[in-house]
Amino acid sequence: MTAVSLTVNGIAYELDVPPRLLLADLLRERLGLTGTKIGCAMGACGACTVLLDGEPARACLLFAVQAHDRHVRTVEDLSAGGEPHPLQVALREHHGLQCGYCTPGMLMALAPLIESGQPLDRDAAREAIAGNLCRCTGYETIVDAVVEASRR
Amino acid sequence: MKPTAFEYLAPETVEEALNALAEHGEDAAVLAGGQSLVPMMNLRISAPPVLIDIMRIPELRFIRREDESVVIGAGVRMTQAEGEAGVPLLTAALRHVGHPAIRNCGTVCGSLAHADPAAEVPAALLALDGQVVVRSVRGERILPADEFLRSYFTTAREPDELVVAVRIPAGPDSRRVAFLEATPRLGGSTGEFATVAVAAAAERDEAGRFTHVSLALAGAAERAVRAREAESLLTGAEPTAASIDAAAEQAATAVDPSDDIHADREYRRHLSRVLARRALQELAA
Repeated sequence: MTAVSLTVNGIAYELDVPPRLLLADLLRERLGLTGTKIGCAMGACGACTVLLDGEPARACLLFAVQAHDRHVRTVEDLSAGGEPHPLQVALREHHGLQCGYCTPGMLMALAPLIESGQPLDRDAAREAIAGNLCRCTGYETIVDAVVEASRR
Repeated sequence: MKPTAFEYLAPETVEEALNALAEHGEDAAVLAGGQSLVPMMNLRISAPPVLIDIMRIPELRFIRREDESVVIGAGVRMTQAEGEAGVPLLTAALRHVGHPAIRNCGTVCGSLAHADPAAEVPAALLALDGQVVVRSVRGERILPADEFLRSYFTTAREPDELVVAVRIPAGPDSRRVAFLEATPRLGGSTGEFATVAVAAAAERDEAGRFTHVSLALAGAAERAVRAREAESLLTGAEPTAASIDAAAEQAATAVDPSDDIHADREYRRHLSRVLARRALQELAA
């Protein structure tokens, strides 16, 4: 076991973990933050995307020990105040999710861009989610939602 | 699947890391960004008994100018190098690597040390005559990228050595560069490995003749390769449609691609010819 100190959604944790524990599994199994999904576990699908020190990262491609002394933000934090995030509102309005499995990863890949206040066109929205696969293939409505949320 | 158990070491100095490598050698894998190593461990293609995490070593996190070179330490993530290294061909290559989420973790030196034959970073460093600085308790070696890269996922790094930095000769401001790649998915940053990628750089004299040309290809052989005969066809030459076509043809003849699920040998050769021609046309424009 290895000691790891990290902050998740503003809460500091001191945990002992097996080094082979993936960050995605620490979030889901140790902290109960099951919003973060595991799809492929090889970095291809983006379902496990979280923010590491504010930047999107694959939680399936990081050992929990690599998050030592770092800040992790997960999809749960987007609506921490009780109100859904503007991007979540836009996805709901545009029917931008079907089965919903890819949605947390999409949200976390996009959250820093939306929060930067920079308006996105359709090409920029597509590029921003190029690393996130939706196997329901509902990309059009996701792009609609992203473009609108970026302009609010 | 989940990775097999391993012993985790997190040295805080290069010296500690080198001592750990000297002790564990073949049993150890170096963990930097982990964007290639961790998927391989998740799939149990790789199961190193010891993992040496070098990302807690402050002295490896630097980008600096030394003499006429830009030196990028092994702790520098691709996103940082993209923004701060100021090496145009490397910046262009990095934009094709994975997705932002991958580049936020993955390192420049890690991509080089991993030596995927389809990876962009080794091709860019090869085209720029980059050098790799490797260190062990036995001392330091500086190898040209062309000597460092050996074959599929194989480099000249010995098991007790750590890649500590890459050095990239700065080159004149007038140097022009081009980086082009073909991927299974269309678009800009698709995140796919290159089916074939071409990294090229050139300098021209006042009459427009090429005084220096370098052309490197990824995905076209067991490692990133320089198309040196094609380069020599153009060096000193007027860049005409005919001379560029001849050089691209030579580059495609010299590569030795293999078949996989994305493309067969002949298609990769075709892509090598087309991308080399387009890159050279950009340099000549």
